[in-house]
Amino acid sequence: MSDPTPNSARPRTIVEKIWDDHVVAPGTDGAPDVLGVDLHLVHEVTSPQAFDGLRERGLRVRRPGQTVATADHSIPTTDRSLPIADEIAATQVKRLEDNCREFGVPLHGIGSPHQGIVHVIGPELGLTQPGMTIVCGDSHTATHGAFGALAFGIGTTEVEHVLATQTLLQRRPKTFEVRVDGALHPGVTAKDIILSLLSRIGVGGGTGHVFEYRGSAIRGLGMEGRMTICNMSIEGGARAGLIAPDETTFEYVHGRPHAPQGEAWDAAVEAWRRLPTDEGATFDRSIAFDAGELTPMVTYGTNPGMGFPITDRIPDPASLADANQRSSLQHALDYMALTPGEPILGKPIDVVFVGSCTNSRISDLREAARMLRGRRVADGVRMMVVPGSTEVKRQAESEGLSSIFTDAGAEWREAGCSMCIAMNGDQLSPGQYSVSTSNRNFEGRQGKGGRTFLASPLTAVASAVTGRLSDPRALL
Amino acid sequence: MSTAVREPFREVTSAVVPLPRNDIDTDQIIPARFLKTINRAGLGEQLFHDWRYLADGSPNPEFVINRPEMAGRSVLVVGDNFGCGSSREHAPWALAAWGIRAVISSSFADIFRNNALKNGLLPIAVSPEELERIVAIVRDDPDAEITVDLEAQEVRLPDGGSIGFTVDSFARRMILDGTDELGYLLAQEPALEAYERAHPPRVSTLAAE
Ligand code: SF4
Repeated sequence: MSDPTPNSARPRTIVEKIWDDHVVAPGTDGAPDVLGVDLHLVHEVTSPQAFDGLRERGLRVRRPGQTVATADHSIPTTDRSLPIADEIAATQVKRLEDNCREFGVPLHGIGSPHQGIVHVIGPELGLTQPGMTIVCGDSHTATHGAFGALAFGIGTTEVEHVLATQTLLQRRPKTFEVRVDGALHPGVTAKDIILSLLSRIGVGGGTGHVFEYRGSAIRGLGMEGRMTICNMSIEGGARAGLIAPDETTFEYVHGRPHAPQGEAWDAAVEAWRRLPTDEGATFDRSIAFDAGELTPMVTYGTNPGMGFPITDRIPDPASLADANQRSSLQHALDYMALTPGEPILGKPIDVVFVGSCTNSRISDLREAARMLRGRRVADGVRMMVVPGSTEVKRQAESEGLSSIFTDAGAEWREAGCSMCIAMNGDQLSPGQYSVSTSNRNFEGRQGKGGRTFLASPLTAVASAVTGRLSDPRALL
Repeated sequence: MSTAVREPFREVTSAVVPLPRNDIDTDQIIPARFLKTINRAGLGEQLFHDWRYLADGSPNPEFVINRPEMAGRSVLVVGDNFGCGSSREHAPWALAAWGIRAVISSSFADIFRNNALKNGLLPIAVSPEELERIVAIVRDDPDAEITVDLEAQEVRLPDGGSIGFTVDSFARRMILDGTDELGYLLAQEPALEAYERAHPPRVSTLAAE
């Protein structure tokens, strides 16, 4: 059953193709479809209650071989040979280790050469492949969509469902085409593309939809830039965002530890080539813009949709007609202590964070290091560079990037989520401003009372060097 | 289907906790530093923590849920796009632990809505105009009681009016019956076995090092 033969008459989007290929049982009598899951990623924060649920019902993990765990959110990014000082975090990490052992789930925990942010290690290990369904108790699971996988975040109850059955009850999402053509100017990056999209549609703009990013600007990006874009789909309200696989994708996956090999590789690539959206398939919604018109972007408010070109001035709530929007903007500017009409360029900053599943891969660190080389972090500014995985850390060290960071006065740390979510003690003090390459600028996200400007790694480095929010194009 | 795992739920009548702000994200509902817990206990005290407590840890008297009359209320009325951001199920757990049974907004983030429904917390989406109408009623009479009726899928207002809403039909049945999805999924075993036979795993997390 299932695997409905593609209806050749009707052109389908990549989302529809992946969906049709994973229906275990179609929804009947008002129920959603039961959807099969190819890969389930697990981390310490959203899994303990799910494993408890299995124990309460006397269930096993149905497919440990399609499940993989790591510790990333609450672990320290300082010396790993020391025990975790935060007792509650230590208990949570220990619980993950115990659960993985009890249920036979492979774990790349602290001390493993494959430890890292869950969305960095999946692709790195070749576990993330085109055409798959991938889930994780984490909203940035959309990152894996860069490979042409349908990847989305789930809650802890659903984590339990997947552990127990390797399936989920899901309703078919609507599709949203995001077309970006043209070529990026120097100093403008994938991060600026996604921040620009979010500023256009707002944080709820994609609710109920899956984004498909298309167009020549997207095709022109490497896998890491594509991951940066898909990563922040959830910031536009979409649970998933994906990019059809192409030669760039295949080249990235080829030869990775869990990638198919030999004949299996050839067969896989042949199947992957059939995934892209058919000519004539329709989307529920569409938006298009030109990459050539983009400049470096930065957020000024308290959600990722409150962003603009770095050369703009802080908007005036009084100019908004809608009362709710007006009060939301006012609330955000009060929190950020910004004044309508003031330029954001030149705003003094305290901390620069280069890291997170959005921008902590090797190409991000190479770009950051290239700009930082021969320069110094400004006095009074703390710059933290946190690689996305232990493997990225190793690679950056072997390429000499880490010494560029430390020579410039930045901190070079162990892999993890770190100040993206500030669960592990890496955090802002109240009132501090950070320029951060992560994905969320919500109130208190990087520490209670902390204020976050989201930007690209280049903008982060330029700001670190000057001590003020700066346009990276001046330093190219 | 499966046996009940929680109390069946039909309707709730309560005065309202008004928090008419747009885009309230799950980091506000429950800040990340409280996610280090390995169970669900105590989350009610951390609900809206950074809005609710001042720097010295004392309750912020200005914040709505700290007002004495809010205690015991079970309907929260919020602005658009409630629950955006992180997928943490700790958000509905914290709301439910505090005593909230239904949240009324003009829209909800997808993952939050899913998570809420799985915990018997009702995300009630009404039109922006209807939301404004509810907010206005509460502004005029802060103690006005409203009823959220899941069976009839309507919000009944003190002025005798009512507002219809829809909740995902499957989730609604589960909440009305007090059952959960896992029972339903486990009952799909034959289909699951057939699917697994036809779809060998695409990748193994066990192989390769
Ligand atoms: S880096 Fe940040 S966004 Fe990514 S998984 Fe970790 S906490 Fe979540």
